[in-house]
Amino acid sequence: MILIGELSLWVALLMAAWSATVSFAGGQMRRSDLVASGERALYATFAFVVLASIGLWTALLTSDFSLRFVASYTSSNLPAVYKFSAFWGGQAGSMLFWCLILALYSAITLFANRRTNRELMPFVTGTLAAILIFFLATTAFGANPYARLDWIPPDGTGLNPQLQNPGMAIHPPNLYLGYVATSVPFAFAIAALITRRLDAEWLAAVRRWSLVSWLFLTIGITLGMWWAYVELGWGGYWAWDPVENASLLPWLTGTAFLHSIMIQEKRGMLRKWNVTLVVATFLLAILGTFITRSGVIESVHSFAQSPIGSWFAGFLILAIVVTAFLVATRLKDLEAQAELESMVSREAAFLYNNVVLVGIAFSVLWGTLFPIISEAVRGSKITVGAPFFNTVNIPLGLLLLGLTGVGPLIAWRRASVANLKRQFAVPVAGGLVLGAAFFALGMRDGYALVSYTLAGFVTTTIAQEFVKGVGARRRIHGEAIPIALLRLIGRNRRRYGGYIVHFGIVVLFAAFAGLAFKKEYDLSLTPGSSFTALDPYNRSWTFTSQGVSRYEELNRQVTAVVLEAKRPGMAPTLIKSEKRQHVDSRGQPTFEPSTEVGILESLRQDVYLVLHGVTGEETAEIRITFNPLVWWVWYGGIIMAIGGLIVMWPQATRSRSGRREGGYVVVMQPAAERPPVEAGV
Amino acid sequence: MARARTKFIMGGILVLGTAGYLMATSIGDTGMYYLTPGELTAKVKRDSTFYETGVKMGARVVPGTIERQPGGRAVSFNVTDGSQTIPVTFRGVIPDTFTDSVDVVVEGRYNRNGTFVATTLLAKCASRYENAPDKYQSTPAYKASKGPAA
Repeated sequence: MILIGELSLWVALLMAAWSATVSFAGGQMRRSDLVASGERALYATFAFVVLASIGLWTALLTSDFSLRFVASYTSSNLPAVYKFSAFWGGQAGSMLFWCLILALYSAITLFANRRTNRELMPFVTGTLAAILIFFLATTAFGANPYARLDWIPPDGTGLNPQLQNPGMAIHPPNLYLGYVATSVPFAFAIAALITRRLDAEWLAAVRRWSLVSWLFLTIGITLGMWWAYVELGWGGYWAWDPVENASLLPWLTGTAFLHSIMIQEKRGMLRKWNVTLVVATFLLAILGTFITRSGVIESVHSFAQSPIGSWFAGFLILAIVVTAFLVATRLKDLEAQAELESMVSREAAFLYNNVVLVGIAFSVLWGTLFPIISEAVRGSKITVGAPFFNTVNIPLGLLLLGLTGVGPLIAWRRASVANLKRQFAVPVAGGLVLGAAFFALGMRDGYALVSYTLAGFVTTTIAQEFVKGVGARRRIHGEAIPIALLRLIGRNRRRYGGYIVHFGIVVLFAAFAGLAFKKEYDLSLTPGSSFTALDPYNRSWTFTSQGVSRYEELNRQVTAVVLEAKRPGMAPTLIKSEKRQHVDSRGQPTFEPSTEVGILESLRQDVYLVLHGVTGEETAEIRITFNPLVWWVWYGGIIMAIGGLIVMWPQATRSRSGRREGGYVVVMQPAAERPPVEAGV
Repeated sequence: MARARTKFIMGGILVLGTAGYLMATSIGDTGMYYLTPGELTAKVKRDSTFYETGVKMGARVVPGTIERQPGGRAVSFNVTDGSQTIPVTFRGVIPDTFTDSVDVVVEGRYNRNGTFVATTLLAKCASRYENAPDKYQSTPAYKASKGPAA
C-alpha cells in the first residue's frame, strides 16, 4: 500500500499535467472530446491523490519508520488519533494534504457543473489542474513524504507535545479546507476572464465556494485561537504573529467579496473589484501557505526553512502576472452597468465595508511583510508588533462594526429621511443606553465604551429585523412565534443567516473589548499558603495552594500544582496546572517540558493558571490571569459558523407559489422603500 | 450621480488616509530593528544611541550557557550568530521550547556593560513541528532533506 501510494503521487502529477493541457487546448479549440478527456483526467488525479494519501496514512498507522516523515513525526507509543493527525503535522505531509483537498474540491466542482457553466468549465478544469500541478510537483520534488531514511530506526521521535491536543488535530484541516477553497473561485475568475463571460453567471457559481472558504477559515481561525489559548500558556489567543495574520488575510478579503458580490448581483456594479477580490483572496491564501512554510518571516510558528519557499514565490509571481495580464486585456468587459446614486444607500454602506475590510487586510499585510520591505528598502530589518496592529486596526474594526449595523437597515439606491428615521431610531437608542450603562458602572476605557455602544446598536438592529420579520409572518400567515421565526430564517437564509453572522461578530468584538480589563499576577505559593487578588469586576478572590504533586501518566511525567479558588458567592473550586515531560517508549525524555494551563471558565471571565516551575520541593511559581469575556470569543466563532451554515444551506428550489428561487429571494418590487424581503448577506 | 461617487471616493480617501497615517506613525513608534548579534555590535560601534534602544535580536543559544534561576522565572544565557556572542538575561515566562541550541528572538535593550536585557523571549525549534534526534541529524538523508540552510 505504501509503495502504491508513492507511485500514485507521480501518476497524479502526470494526470494533472494532461488535464491542464487538454482542457485549455479543448476550451480554446472548442473540441468537446479534449474537454471531456481533461475532466476525466482531473477525476483520475483525485483518485490517485486519494491513493497517495491512503498510502501515507497506512505508513503512519503501522509505524513504518523507514519513511523519514513517519520517523520524524510519530513514535510507536503515540495514540492512534495523533498518528492519524500527524499526516498534517509536518511539512511534507501537509503538502500532500493540501493536494488531497484541492483534488477533492476539483472533483466536486466538476461534478456539480457537469451540465452547467459549460462555456467556462474547460478553463476552470484547466486552472484547477494547473494549481494541482504546482502543489503535486512541490510535494513530489520539494517535500516528498515518501522520502526514505537509509536505515530503519527502532522508534520514531514522536509528535511535538504541543500538537498532542484535540484542537490541533482539527485546526489545521479546517484552515487548509478554507485556504484551498479559494482556488475554486479563482479558477472561475480566470475562466470568466479568458472567455470574457464576465456577467453575473460566474459569480453565482463561486458564491457558494467563497462561503465554504469563509466558513472553514472562520472555524479554523477560531480553533487556532482556542489552541493558542489553552496550549501555549501565555494567557492570550491572538498575538499578531505572521502565521496568524496569514490566516486572517484571505478571511478579510473573502468577507469583503461576500458583501460586494451582492452589489454586483443587485446593481451590476463593482465588476472589476469583484474579480480583484477573488484573485486577491486566492493569492493571499497562497501567500499564507508561503509564509508558513518558507521561514522568510520570523515567526514562532514556522516550519523548517526549506527550499519549497522559492517554489511558492515563483508560483505567486506567475499567478499575479497571469491575472494582471488577463484583467488588463479585458478592462472593457468589466465596465460597471450602474453608478452609485447616493451616499446614503446600502451600496455606499457596502462599499465602505469593503474599503474598511481591505484597509485592514492591507495594514495587516504591510505589518506582516514590513521586515522584508524595510530590509529591501533601507537595508535593515525592522519588525512591528502587536502595538502597530492594534493602533491601526482597533479604529478600523470599530468603524466596521458600526457599518455592520448600518448596512442591512438602509435602503438600496437612495434612502429617504423617513426610512432612516424609522429604521435607526430604536437601534441608536439601544446602543446609547448600553454605552451609558457601562459608563455608569464605572467603565472608563474609551475604545471599550465605543465598542459596547456599537455592539448595543448592532444587536438592536438585528433584533429589530427579526421582530419585524416575525411580526409580518404572524400577520400574514397567522403562525406562532417559534414557527414564524424558523420559517423566516428558512425562507430567507441569506438574509437572516447573515444577521446571525453579524451577531457573532458583535459577540467577538465584545470579547475583544474585554481584553482592556485583563489582570495578571505573578506569585510563589508554598503548600497551604494563600494569595488574595481583585478581579476586573472588583471581586476578591483567594487562592490557596493544595501543594505540588508528581506522577506518571500515559507517555509523560507530570508535575502538577492544585489551587483552591474561592470568592464570596461561589463554592470553592480547584484549578490545576501541569508541567509535562513527555517520554518515548523506552522512558527517555523527548522534547522540552510543556505546560498545561488550568482554566476556570465562566461567562464573565476566565481564571487562567500557569505553573512556571517549582522551587525546592513544594513552592509553586505561578501566574494567575483574569481574562474577561474570553468565553465569548469561542461562542462568537460558533455563532458565526452557524450563521455561515444557514447562509450556505441550499435554498429549497421551489417555493410555495411554485416560483423557482436561487440562493436568494427574487423581488419584483422596485427598490427603495420596501418590506424586508430582499437578500441579506 | 457623479456627486455621490465623488463624495464616496472622498470618504474612502478619508478612511484610508487615517489608516495610512496611523500605520506610518505607529511604525515609527513601535517598529523595532531586528538584528543579529553581529549587526547589533556593529550598530552600537557606529552609533552609541543603539545602547538602550529597544531592539529585537535573533540568534542561537550557545549550548551549556543556560543558567536558570530557581523557580523557573529568570534565566541567563549566551546567544551567537557565529560572528559575535552576546550574554542575555531574561525575567518572565520561559517558553516550553527554550533549550540549548534553539533559535531565539529576544526583545529588549543592549546595556553599555555588554549584556542584553530581554523583556520578551521567543524560542523556536529548528522547526517547531519537528524534533529530529541527534543521531538522525548526522545521517546523510537527514542533512540532504534539510537542504544547505541547516
